[in-house]
Amino acid sequence: MITANPAPEAGTEARTGSSPVRAVTRRKKRQWLPYLLLLPVVVAELLIHIIPMLIGVGMSFLELTQFYIRNWTAAPAAGVGNYRFVLQFDEASGKALLHSFWTTVQFTVIVLALSWLLAMAAAIWTQHAFRGRGLVRTVFLVPYALPVFASVITWSFMLQRDNGMVNHVLVDQLGVTDERPFWLIGDNSFWALIVVEVWRLWPFAFLALTAGMSSIPAEQYEAAAIDGAGVLRSVRWVTLPNLRSVNQVLLLVLFLWTFNEFTVPYTFFGKSAPEQADLISMHIYQNSFVTWNFGTGSAMSVLLLLFLLAVTAVYLLLTRKKDVDA
Amino acid sequence: MRLKRITSAVAVSLVAASLAGCGGNEETSGGAAEDVTLTYWASNQGTSLENDQEVLKPQLDAFTAATGIKVDVEVVPWSDLLNRILAATASGEGPDVLNIGNTWSASLQATGALKPFDDATMTEIGGADRFLAGSLAATGAEGQPPTAVPLYSLAYGLYYNKAMFAEAGITEPPATWADLIAAGKKLTTPERWGMSIEGGSVSENIHNVFVFSEQQGGSFFDDAGKPTFDTPENVAGIKQYLDLIQTDKITNPSNAEYSNGTEALADFASGKSAMVMWQAAAGSLEELGMDPADIGVAPIPAPAGGEDVASIVAGINLAVFENTEHEQQALDFVEFMTSTPTQIELNGTYGSLPAVQEAYSDPAFQTEAVETFKSILDTRAVPMPAVPEESQFETLVGTAVKNMLAQAASGTVVTEQAISEQLAAAQQQLAG
Amino acid sequence: MREPTWFVWSRRIGLTLLCAFALLPVWVMVTTSLKPLGDVQGEFRWFPSTVSLDAFVEMWRTIPLGRYFVNSLVVSVIASVASVALALLAAYAVSRYRFTGRQLFSVTVLSTQMFPGILFLLPLFVIFVNLGRTLGIDLYGSRPGLIITYLTFTLPFAVWMLVGYLDSVPRELDEAAAVDGNGPMGAFFRVVVPAAMPGIIAVLIYAFMTAWGEVLFASVLTDESTRTLAVGLQGYATQNNVYWNQIMAASLTVSVPVVVGFLLLQRYLVAGLTAGSVK
Repeated sequence: MITANPAPEAGTEARTGSSPVRAVTRRKKRQWLPYLLLLPVVVAELLIHIIPMLIGVGMSFLELTQFYIRNWTAAPAAGVGNYRFVLQFDEASGKALLHSFWTTVQFTVIVLALSWLLAMAAAIWTQHAFRGRGLVRTVFLVPYALPVFASVITWSFMLQRDNGMVNHVLVDQLGVTDERPFWLIGDNSFWALIVVEVWRLWPFAFLALTAGMSSIPAEQYEAAAIDGAGVLRSVRWVTLPNLRSVNQVLLLVLFLWTFNEFTVPYTFFGKSAPEQADLISMHIYQNSFVTWNFGTGSAMSVLLLLFLLAVTAVYLLLTRKKDVDA
Repeated sequence: MRLKRITSAVAVSLVAASLAGCGGNEETSGGAAEDVTLTYWASNQGTSLENDQEVLKPQLDAFTAATGIKVDVEVVPWSDLLNRILAATASGEGPDVLNIGNTWSASLQATGALKPFDDATMTEIGGADRFLAGSLAATGAEGQPPTAVPLYSLAYGLYYNKAMFAEAGITEPPATWADLIAAGKKLTTPERWGMSIEGGSVSENIHNVFVFSEQQGGSFFDDAGKPTFDTPENVAGIKQYLDLIQTDKITNPSNAEYSNGTEALADFASGKSAMVMWQAAAGSLEELGMDPADIGVAPIPAPAGGEDVASIVAGINLAVFENTEHEQQALDFVEFMTSTPTQIELNGTYGSLPAVQEAYSDPAFQTEAVETFKSILDTRAVPMPAVPEESQFETLVGTAVKNMLAQAASGTVVTEQAISEQLAAAQQQLAG
Repeated sequence: MREPTWFVWSRRIGLTLLCAFALLPVWVMVTTSLKPLGDVQGEFRWFPSTVSLDAFVEMWRTIPLGRYFVNSLVVSVIASVASVALALLAAYAVSRYRFTGRQLFSVTVLSTQMFPGILFLLPLFVIFVNLGRTLGIDLYGSRPGLIITYLTFTLPFAVWMLVGYLDSVPRELDEAAAVDGNGPMGAFFRVVVPAAMPGIIAVLIYAFMTAWGEVLFASVLTDESTRTLAVGLQGYATQNNVYWNQIMAASLTVSVPVVVGFLLLQRYLVAGLTAGSVK
């Protein structure tokens, strides 16, 4: 059984324990209330997310090419044909998908680690008031406020080989290398994409962690200080435990978003990414929107969904287990 | 011809109106023709979306004045156009009349979303022989009625910097590919390169290698529409392109990362390169600050003994959406947009070539540059493959070429063997 | 707590570097917006050799920037406020009640973040068009359609994040409020919402930015009159030329109100509310 939000269980026990009678009657009387509270979310999710997603799953079993896109019901059933096609790992198409998958896994892990570390450090540094804190926090959110199209294009300007800022600094001003490296194509393009993605993503993690730290009672830090804890120990023993449930969600969602990231690579590289930075979402885009073959694109998406579901289930199980151990 | 059609349209609509008056027809079809409003998705041809609105407005007003049919125009940016058409196709909710890139013709034709122009329909809008034969060849698959008609015609030309050529003592634009390479080597100095290319752009890459492969006598699809990517001719065509960087060294390796569709042209405009292969670029070059007197244009040369192909048939087509409720009015509009006066006016403003023969008698199109492009289009242009998998082919091979250019740019020579393997892989992926 | 010297110094250095990282592209945008078009793709310089404000004037003429801005603002504000409101209700239920289907709800909502957005696009569009045909609800090409879409995109994360923040609000608070004669909803609005304010603000900013920056769905679900900035900015890249300087000028201009909004909101991201009220 997957426990989505394990933390509250303990609290509930405590509550029912303290005044069992009232809690029981309240629970019975108000049984409809939680459902009523969920209703708007459920309706919206069904209409915009779940139903289109199920249609997407259905599409993966159809030979939904441009010949049938006008009249889906006429599209011949493909059975598992689309899946068989995309999973031919001994052919070029399957190899390309597998390559794209591994690239995405590496990309996601690195982006996730860097974004979280930067955000955590920045949130700890700005946790206690100092002069200019409001300004610094706002500056950190600037990358988030700029239209993604413009900011990603700007990065591609900066990373140009001949006229870019990065090579100007590295080669002309610092003289790190003589040969001007490429950043937008070839092996370095993977790292360039990571830098851009981290730049876009970390402010969000910073925001979420800052908000999480805001509700940690000051008394806990005071108590830790009385016990003689320094900065690092109070981070370890006060901040991190209090952020557990925020972090649990944050890391998972950052992972899911990064894995499915589309806008940044699409804007950064144009319609097709270099082999070294061919993320899975770009790959799916090319196999559906560009080619108008929605059958194979959907099959890839369903496989992706299954993979992410598995990762999420394992993640939730693991984070829950830790909770029990603790 | 046109007048007759429009008068008859008016007559028909009057009859319809009077019938509606008696019969109390349902709302949608009951109105007179005057009440019809066509939705028109125009592509971006001018200097901005707003500019397109301004350019089209007088024409649309004239159409409304003549026919009573109103036109609601939306200029759709190129970044959105294909996805908007896709959504319209899947849902049936779309415009009445729309512009499409002419290389999409066969792919869109296969969806059945566009109304076929059979012989009768073609006659109705003034006959197929009014159009440039070259442009008409890029309106759908062979053997099927076209699903679009040419609206704005374009072709690639070799733009060269006249001042740099004169300075290097080259009097004529290159007549063969070997001449071009020789000129390029002469023109390449520490400050500039012989030729700039948009090497990171999938569409520029595919257009270029398609032309080179045609010059070598190659073909990416056989007559039956089956893919034949991995042929010696295609390999030779791609190698001709890669060699600009890896063997001839007349192109800056940095060009391999140019992907936003402007950088190669900007290099040419600012004197960082002496040649560039581009479509109707004079307007943009002047806007980028280049002296018009320095701009020369000639056909892209072929290797000696090769096929005399200099360009793809580029341009914009006009199509009628199959789900339109106003077919008649939509066809009237197509006829109007392809009529000689409208063609002269619009193509004159946009810097493209008229799609109808008659328009060339206008003095505005009797310049040297227009004549060069017209002759390229008439005799040396080949349409992109008219197969449903066209866009897939463009993406797969264009991307492969982009990756090979990147490899060449970083100093690893791409061999014929490697090109052949890439093409085979691309062809396997097409099969899905 | 007294901060040790090493921490103060690490903070100074760390924050300076992070600010530089955040602002480096902004500097490039500023200098690019001040260049004449012909200079944009020239060699990199920290300061432009010729400065011109033309781009800031021209940008209004190239595309209907004002209209796009209003569209984006209306859509983003409504979608984000509505998203936070709905998500708060759901998060309160998940955080404070045990009920059948609670796990199912949480996991299903999360799973929507796993399917690539590009694959919903087409089914969603078809659903919108059919709703328009059968029920007369015009969602395609309209602001409500886009608002509902963005609202839904941000709900899953908003719910999950808010559950986390609400969990951190001590339960004794609602208990106490309930004892004081408020119903469960009264306790929620009077006590829990104020206590979770930093989290709510963070989620609000997230929901706003998602709607503000979304490109793919906006490109298909809007028409000329409802087009948003994120998509509309691409209008500076025309068939014949790309007006880089105007793209940068326009992006900087439209971002100013957003950054000012952050500046105003960020003071709610402070500790104290919870800490002060728990005894």
